[in-house]
This record gives sequence, structure tokens and C-alpha cells, in this order.
Amino acid sequence: MTTRWERFRQSDFYYHLGRDRLAQICLGIFVLYALASLAAPLLAPHDPYDPSSIDIMDSEIPPLWQDGGDPRFLFGTDAQGRDLLSTILYGTRISLMIGVCAVLLQLFLGVSLGLIAGYVGGRVDAVLMRIADIQLSFSTMMVAIIVLAIFQAAFGTELYSDLAIFMLILVIGIAEWPQYARTVRATVLAEKKKEYVDAARLTGLPAPLIMFRHILPNSVTPILVISTVQIANAIISEAALSFLGLGMPVNKPSLGSLISAGFEFIFSGLWWITTIPGVVLVVLILVINLLGDWLRDVLNPRLYKG
Amino acid sequence: MLRFLLRRLAQAAVVMLVISLLSFSIQDQLGDPLRELVGQRVSEAERDLLREQMGLNDPFLVQYWRFLGRAVQGDLGDSYFFKRPALEVILDKFPATFELVLGASVIILFFSVPIGVYCAIRPRTLFSRLMMGASIVGISIPVFLTAIMLIYVFSIQLGWMPSFGRGETVDVGGWQTGLLTADGLWHLVLPSISLASIMLPLFIRLIRAEMLEVLHTEYIRFATAKGLSRYRIWFLHALKNTLLPVITVGGVQIGTMIAYTILTETVFQWPGMGFMFLEAVNRVDTPLIIAYLIVVGLIFVITNTLVDLIYGLVNPTVQLAGRQE
Repeated sequence: MTTRWERFRQSDFYYHLGRDRLAQICLGIFVLYALASLAAPLLAPHDPYDPSSIDIMDSEIPPLWQDGGDPRFLFGTDAQGRDLLSTILYGTRISLMIGVCAVLLQLFLGVSLGLIAGYVGGRVDAVLMRIADIQLSFSTMMVAIIVLAIFQAAFGTELYSDLAIFMLILVIGIAEWPQYARTVRATVLAEKKKEYVDAARLTGLPAPLIMFRHILPNSVTPILVISTVQIANAIISEAALSFLGLGMPVNKPSLGSLISAGFEFIFSGLWWITTIPGVVLVVLILVINLLGDWLRDVLNPRLYKG
Repeated sequence: MLRFLLRRLAQAAVVMLVISLLSFSIQDQLGDPLRELVGQRVSEAERDLLREQMGLNDPFLVQYWRFLGRAVQGDLGDSYFFKRPALEVILDKFPATFELVLGASVIILFFSVPIGVYCAIRPRTLFSRLMMGASIVGISIPVFLTAIMLIYVFSIQLGWMPSFGRGETVDVGGWQTGLLTADGLWHLVLPSISLASIMLPLFIRLIRAEMLEVLHTEYIRFATAKGLSRYRIWFLHALKNTLLPVITVGGVQIGTMIAYTILTETVFQWPGMGFMFLEAVNRVDTPLIIAYLIVVGLIFVITNTLVDLIYGLVNPTVQLAGRQE
């Protein structure tokens, strides 16, 4: 009887990971990001959400390694006197959370609808796939910008900034479900004809059970590969939306809204407010993309091309 | 072919109908048109009368039908802010956005095809690996960050490039173009590069992947065995089939590019449709928002339909509807 850990150690995945230095580094950095954002309240030297801890006299201090740096603020402060390091830690937490939650929503919708389309077939399949085609032909960014802009105009900026985090997850989550649905559907169509599915049906198992327990496990590999890319894309989308002022508000910033807030000051030489969150964001996305590439090479799934 | 065309047109019409229905319900929900037209001082009774006259008390579908009738004639209402027909405002801004997309497309085409093909033909050279590495970095940098960094380096630090606006434009038959003046072209450089930066790596990777696949097919091996020159095989036989999927993806990406123009235009204060749209949102200028929605929806639908048609024409193996019978 082998434990899960031993089985993991003997898997191809572990073998390939052991041989690829770049993948190890990327995984390491990603884990670091995840831990930092989970433990942000513990790690951050200041609380950026607490207005009483912010002193306007501390504003626009450059990072420590520059002239005029202050040892209290490693990365300097922004125009309101917030500690940039703390704000970035909290911002990464928000960005990562929105990315992961949005992808979970995509996963849920895409897998369910893909399974139904493939398993039921016929008219249901035709309608669902047509909707997926049409939705894919519109860019996610476009749809997200328009939907969020309209909600912001309807709710007013005040109320909207409270709801922003849910709106972002919902919009990014709903916009990209066809990615999963197509892949899952392709698997279902291939597996449905096989004998084990017939056997399961003959024993009288209910359709949902057959779909989730018997057919779905065949598409775990492509789902994993798609998910990495999707998380990176979701984080980019969130950053772009926040940059446009349609995402997280400035008093509860994600990395995108931090960059947006800093952009106003770049002309007066306060480069760090934009650049440091920018680098943090790019490294996060890059690491996820590289991991996704690596996973694709290692697992080599049959991805649905379209 | 005709059936295929008709089916695609029908689908396009349905999509446009859905967009118009959505746009109209937005207009219905967002703000009170009466308050925008008359001031606060008009009495309640007069308001009711006006509302009745304007047909604002009619059922939703009746109002929608009227909206649709006017929209087909190009009347999408007047912008609250500009006090001019919304469609006219949008079309004024269209050239700026079009030229931006054109500039970016030229950059993408000019670089992606040669680099992608080279990376497929010689996958193991240093340059190829460097390009593949650079492309994944490129994909990971959000478009607005590229734009900000370009501005910071080339406008603020070096002072070589203008950081905002279109520069000098000339009027060519009602089309304000920046392509004919040196100043206008100079202003176009940074925004075009920013807009291209998100798509270029994508296309390089796509062309490389497709080309690699094509190079492993039977007919290429046959052509080699026949003794055709390598260049003839690469650029005549292989490239032709490589570009097929590129057409489909390219069509979809044109839509995505329009979305990204909103970001690029915001950073560079480029006076195009995207920048105007965000301003309209901030001012809750409903007719303008709707006009933008419909114009952009139309661009999406037209490009997608065209791409499908071109694909059907170019690719002999594609299953056109009606050919099965």
C-alpha cells in the first residue's frame, strides 16, 4: 500500500520537475507569492486599509536604496503616504484571489456545461456550442469593460467600489467558460462511446454521476493546463480593468489600481509607485505562464484546437 | 457557398439584434432621458405630459421597436454632453482608432511572419530560443504597463517621443488622418508599439507552432523528395498552409485589439473611440455609450463574418454548409 506522497514521488510529474531547473524556480516563486499573499496581514509592516496609520507627511518617500529613503519604508511610499511594500502585499493578495476565484467560476461553469453538451448531445449541444462560439468571438476584455462600465454608471462609483471585487470575479468568470466547455465536451464525445460508460449506464447509475465520476477524470490533464494560462489571463484582465478605473478602488487597491494610481505621478519623477507594483505583477504573470508552458510540455494533453 | 453565406449573415443579424436589445435595455435602465432634456424647474404635470408625448410610457417592446427603426436609419440619439448626434461623435473619433489599429497591425505582420517562420525552420538556434523566451515575457506584460514604460523611457527620460495625443492631422475628404504628416506619424509610433506588444508574441508563437506542424506533413516530405528547393518548399508550400489558422485567429484578435485600444488610448490620451467611451461612461452619457456598443458590435460581427468567409474560400477542405447534400 503506497501513500499518496510516495505515489506522487514516483509520478512523471515529479520526475520532470526534478530535471527542470526553470520549472523549479517558477514553482518556488509562485509558492512564495501565494504564501506572501496569504500571510499579508502578518508580513506587512503597516496596514494600508487603516487611514489612521497613514501620515500625509510620509508621502512620496523614495525607496530605501535611493537618496532620501526612509528605513521604515523599504519600497518608499505613495502620494498619500501609504507604505508601498504593505500596499503591494495586500494588492497581490487581491489580484491573486480575483484570478483564482474567477478561474474557479470558469471551471465550474465550463465543466458543467461542457459535460452536459457532450453527454446529452443533440439540440442542447448545438445551442450551447453556438453560444460558446459567439462568446469566444467577442473578446473577454471588451465584454468585461462594457459590462463593468455600465454597472459603474448604474450603481454610482461609491456603491460600485464596494462590489468591485465580486463584479470582477463574476465578469471574468462568466466571460471565459467556453475555453473549458470545448475541451470537456471533446473528451466526453470521445469517451461516451466506450464500453465502460455503457457498463455504468447499464448498472443504472444516474447520468450526473457517470458524467462527473467516470467521464470527467479523463479531462483532468487538459483542464490543469488550461487553468494555469487562464489564471494568468484573469490576473492580466483584472489589472487592466482596475487600471481603467473599472476595478478595485484606490483605497483597496489591487496591483492594477496601484499602477493606475502611480501613473499620474510618473511625470513628476515618482517612478517607484508605478514601477515596483508593475514588476511584481509581471513576475507573477510570467511565472504562471512559464509553469503553464512547462505543464503543457510535460503532460502533453490533447487540447481542443479552435 | 450561397447557403453558407446566408447562414453566416443570419447569425450576424441575430447577434446584432441581441446587442441592440441589450443596448436598449441599458438606455431604459440608465438615467432618465427627461431629466437630461428639461431642467429641474418643469412641473410634475408637464413632465407627465412630455413623457406621454415622447412615448416613454409605452410598453418596452413598442419602445424597442421604435429604437430599432431609428437605429437602422443611423439615428442613435443625441449625446447628452456634446449635444450632437451620438453616431456623428463616434464616427469623428473612428479615424484615430482605425489608424492606431492599422499601425499596430503593420508592426505585427511585419515582424511576426518572418520571426515565426524562422523559429519553425531553425528551432534550435540561439535566436529562435531567444525569441521564444522573449515572447513569453511579452505575453506576460499587460499592455498598459508596456505603454507606461515606453512613455517613461522615451518621453520622460530621453525626451525623444511625444507622450500624448495624435499630433498634427490633415483632413482628407472628411477623414482626419495623422498618417500624412511627419508629426502625426511620429505620434503614432509609441501607441502602435504598445498595442502591438500584446499580439506580436501571440502571433509569433502561433505561426511557429503551425509551421512546425505543417513541416512534418506528408506533402512537404514529398516535395523534398521531389527535389524542390528548400526555400520554395518553405515559403511557397508550407507558408500557405501555415497562414490558414492564422487568418482565423487574426480575425478574432482584431476584436481583441479594439478592446485594447481602450487601454492604449487611455494611457496616451489618444483621441479615439476607446478614450471617448471611457469619458462617456464617467459622464453617464447613455446615448454615446450605446452608440459605441453598437458600432463596436458591428465591427466585431463584420470582421468575424468576413474572416469565416475568407477562410471558407481559401481552405478547400472546410465543410461549407450545404455541401453535404
